[in-house]
Amino acid sequence: MKIQKNKEWRAPRIRPKNIELLENLSNAVAVSGDERAVRKIVLSKIKDLVDDFQMDALGNILATKKGKGRNLPKVMLAAHMDEVGFMISSDEGKGFYRFEIVGGIDPRQLAGKPVLVGKDRIPGVIGAKAIHLASSRERKNSISVDSLRIDLGPGNSKKIQSGTWAGFATKFSQIGPSLRGKALDDRVGVATIIALLENPPENIDLLVAFTVQEEVGLRGAKVAAYTLAPDMAIALDCTPSLDMPLWDGKENVEYRSKIGQGPAIYIGDGATLADPRLVSLIRNVGDEYKIPYQIRQPGKGGTDAGNIHKQREGIPSISISVPGRYLHTAASIIRLKDWKNTISLLHASLSHINNQTLKGDRRR
Amino acid sequence: MKSLIKALTEITGPSGYEEKIRDFIIDQIKDHVDNFEVDALGNLIVRKGNKASNGKVIMLAAHLDEIGIMITHVDANGFARFSTLGGVYPRNMAGGRVRFLNGDSGIIGMEPGGTIKSVPDIAKMYVDFGVTTKKDCPVNIGDVACFERTFTDLGDRIVAKAMDDRVGIAILIELLKNAKTGPNQIVGVFTTQEEVGTRGAASAAFGVMPDIGIAIDVTITGDTPNANLMEVALGKGPAIKIKDSGMISDPKVVKWMVETATHAKIPFQREILAAGWTDAKAIQVSRDGVPAGCISIPCRYVHSPSEMIDINDVTNAIKLLSNLVSKTISI
Repeated sequence: MKIQKNKEWRAPRIRPKNIELLENLSNAVAVSGDERAVRKIVLSKIKDLVDDFQMDALGNILATKKGKGRNLPKVMLAAHMDEVGFMISSDEGKGFYRFEIVGGIDPRQLAGKPVLVGKDRIPGVIGAKAIHLASSRERKNSISVDSLRIDLGPGNSKKIQSGTWAGFATKFSQIGPSLRGKALDDRVGVATIIALLENPPENIDLLVAFTVQEEVGLRGAKVAAYTLAPDMAIALDCTPSLDMPLWDGKENVEYRSKIGQGPAIYIGDGATLADPRLVSLIRNVGDEYKIPYQIRQPGKGGTDAGNIHKQREGIPSISISVPGRYLHTAASIIRLKDWKNTISLLHASLSHINNQTLKGDRRR
Repeated sequence: MKSLIKALTEITGPSGYEEKIRDFIIDQIKDHVDNFEVDALGNLIVRKGNKASNGKVIMLAAHLDEIGIMITHVDANGFARFSTLGGVYPRNMAGGRVRFLNGDSGIIGMEPGGTIKSVPDIAKMYVDFGVTTKKDCPVNIGDVACFERTFTDLGDRIVAKAMDDRVGIAILIELLKNAKTGPNQIVGVFTTQEEVGTRGAASAAFGVMPDIGIAIDVTITGDTPNANLMEVALGKGPAIKIKDSGMISDPKVVKWMVETATHAKIPFQREILAAGWTDAKAIQVSRDGVPAGCISIPCRYVHSPSEMIDINDVTNAIKLLSNLVSKTISI
């Protein structure tokens, strides 16, 4: 598919207010199943930008922004509102609480991390024995979740019921070229869609889903795609980078993605084999518009596209991610320029979608 | 029949990239059916016959795709790393060759380490194209390949890569060419992405809305030295699936199949598969539910480059399916 660059096209700009929005989104605590805090921010931002919006039974926000004209392609964009975190499982007295992990967190990441618990965001810490008191054998092993407690202090004993959500407490900050915060997976996707709604392409009908429960199995996206029934879909997410140099100087062949190298386009992951027509469209747009991009290394993992593409009679789908280091920990890092290029690549790609984009069979 | 199976197994069609095999099938069936279409996920949906008031819409599904690999990185010296598409077992890779969609071939190499008996992870393997630089490497990240292995005719037994599920495809082609449909409509669905999680069948079934769904696929056997206990053997007839780890066949469908085979004196076996599933798993739970079952072709060494079947099981499967779809069905 040949792409002719539209000389009138201008990249949407990321303004300080967009970064401020990402900061607010990153700082909000919205663990899978309890996405209220992010939903509230999203609703306040999009209500004047879209033609209509609704919250569905699972808590997804579904919105539409129509283009100019009739019978335009219906393109779904999805970003998930939820983040990995914790759920209190029992009160052990004196302000100690037992907890379970919600979503995927490596237990080695837990000890010593500050957390916020419940609706009142009570600050606490995941406690572990100080090094002074730990034996040399203990220091070699990771501590299982069963052995860890959230410590809220004696004043908060009996205040939290089991079933209460908790999340990491890290505050967002901008550090040189990078943005650091918790839950950038996938608040950066949420902020990307909002930036796009501020500069919507007029050649398509945009169907937007801010989804719930992605981190526990792409659950919200499944029903969102059923309701929206789009012609095609793009999931916007954040993908882990393992791009650090190797200690022995060998070539790193398992980097997954590299921060600073542009938006990561998916060809295949554990949940989706991206539609080859959409892959070539987005790659060609990147080449013609000279927007840097990278191909995410195929392998495991998944995005909302995993459940969107199987919905109804099949929905051609792809994912684009901002690469990020240390995802699913208390502090992840992305590059601001990768985010800017993601918005540019997405905006330019959407501007080239038409009723011919999926004409012909799925093939390379 | 053997020549059709040979031709089908020689085509490269890993999950998600089934266009070559789909084109081949369209060429085979287009003059024998009422209509065909290709849906959003690449499923080829073929209709034959009209449903009468006492008839059923019967979805017969065989999957186009085979297991394969996808390139993840080409290093400075031109070696290409890969991840897998579907259930590729590391132990089957040693000494193997792979062929890419564009026809390029390479051999599977492995990093040293471990012992002579141990099998490394896929992450320690690479494709060697005989080149020395990244620039000369004929493939790039995202390119896909399948096992390269010739078809071998051993008489009643035939061997090839991708017998799973090209033998099912061959059966469905024969059926669409020759079967009488009676009061029923046959919807032959050549599905995509089965090996990565019955993805094509799920969306196809949503669109087809069948009254009955039947997968045609391979199943493993218990007839080799020290094999796990399993009743199914090569050459003893098609297997009527009762249960696998993804689906419990509708008992009414099983009864219909068993009675039809018994009445027509077609040999058959009863299949209970401990681990594995077919497109029927996805069809069964489509929309408000579909009575589903599966006719399996016994196959040794499934997901290896040399999958073995017995041609008599194929012939009998065609007979059984022809009998099933051509009569009034009361379930």
